[in-house]
Amino acid sequence: MAELTGLTQDLIGMRRSPLAGMARELMERAVTGERNVRVSEWRFTTMVSLRVDPASSAAEELEGVLGTTLPRTSGEVSSHGQHSVLWLGPDEWLVVSQMSPAVLVAALLESVGDAHAAVVDVSANRTVVELRGAAARAVLEKGCPLDLHPRSFGPGQAVSTTLARIPLVLWQVGPDSYRLLPRSSFAEYVARWLVDASQEFASTFRDGGRS
Amino acid sequence: MMLLTCPWCGPRDETEYHYGGQAHVAYPENPSDLSDEEWADYLFFRDNPKGPFAERWSHSAGCRRWFNVVRDTATYQVLKVYTNADDPLPVVGSSAEAGGSR
Repeated sequence: MAELTGLTQDLIGMRRSPLAGMARELMERAVTGERNVRVSEWRFTTMVSLRVDPASSAAEELEGVLGTTLPRTSGEVSSHGQHSVLWLGPDEWLVVSQMSPAVLVAALLESVGDAHAAVVDVSANRTVVELRGAAARAVLEKGCPLDLHPRSFGPGQAVSTTLARIPLVLWQVGPDSYRLLPRSSFAEYVARWLVDASQEFASTFRDGGRS
Repeated sequence: MMLLTCPWCGPRDETEYHYGGQAHVAYPENPSDLSDEEWADYLFFRDNPKGPFAERWSHSAGCRRWFNVVRDTATYQVLKVYTNADDPLPVVGSSAEAGGSR
């Protein structure tokens, strides 16, 4: 068992995040100025998938461990301490956490016991791409079918939708800041699409052609 | 482009959904008793009305749940959105006959 733990530690040291190869490019192609926007990756974020009947006692046990409720409506996010719980469906949630996946999954699994529920470590399934800056919403609006205007979408909301035709979870964390959770295999495509969509905002030309 | 209202997620663009064909096509009770013609009828033949039509949709890019929509095939007007839990049969629609497959 000690050997296994040592091996796990080695493997953790060898991990490569989906956008590791683009880190430098993302930094270099950040757009500055009035309509600034930049793309970065939050590496190795812990994510746990929960499937449980929200009316069951197992759901209450999970809420006890997380210290917050499982949101009951689309778009809702509940947060407590290191954990944020995103609504993905009427009986499906995604926990995004700073805690180590092994510790969190073990605690959640223990709380549900043999009840009808699923707790799965899906940390490697997606990565977190952060898009931040004054032009962030304008960039997303080029490829997202959702209405992102503040009247219908705002900070603290997260939904499953599409961006540039690929499925992802879009989570707005601040007025000018979004977290995108695409599948790892789509991460590079999303990052390249975002960088390409951002570049026009580097221009200092304004409407009417005056600089 | 249609704007469909998912019973769980609210109004979303058609591109977030997957189409599932005619709704309320019941699986035959005893498939092995059917003749080849009846089986083919069940498998391949669907209504094709001009007007209200009850159909299955899945919110594949969202909550991934299936639900039913009554849509007018001539005007694309959505007349009703419901889940199998709220209402087993639509109020309007020519495909309401249980197991109707033609």
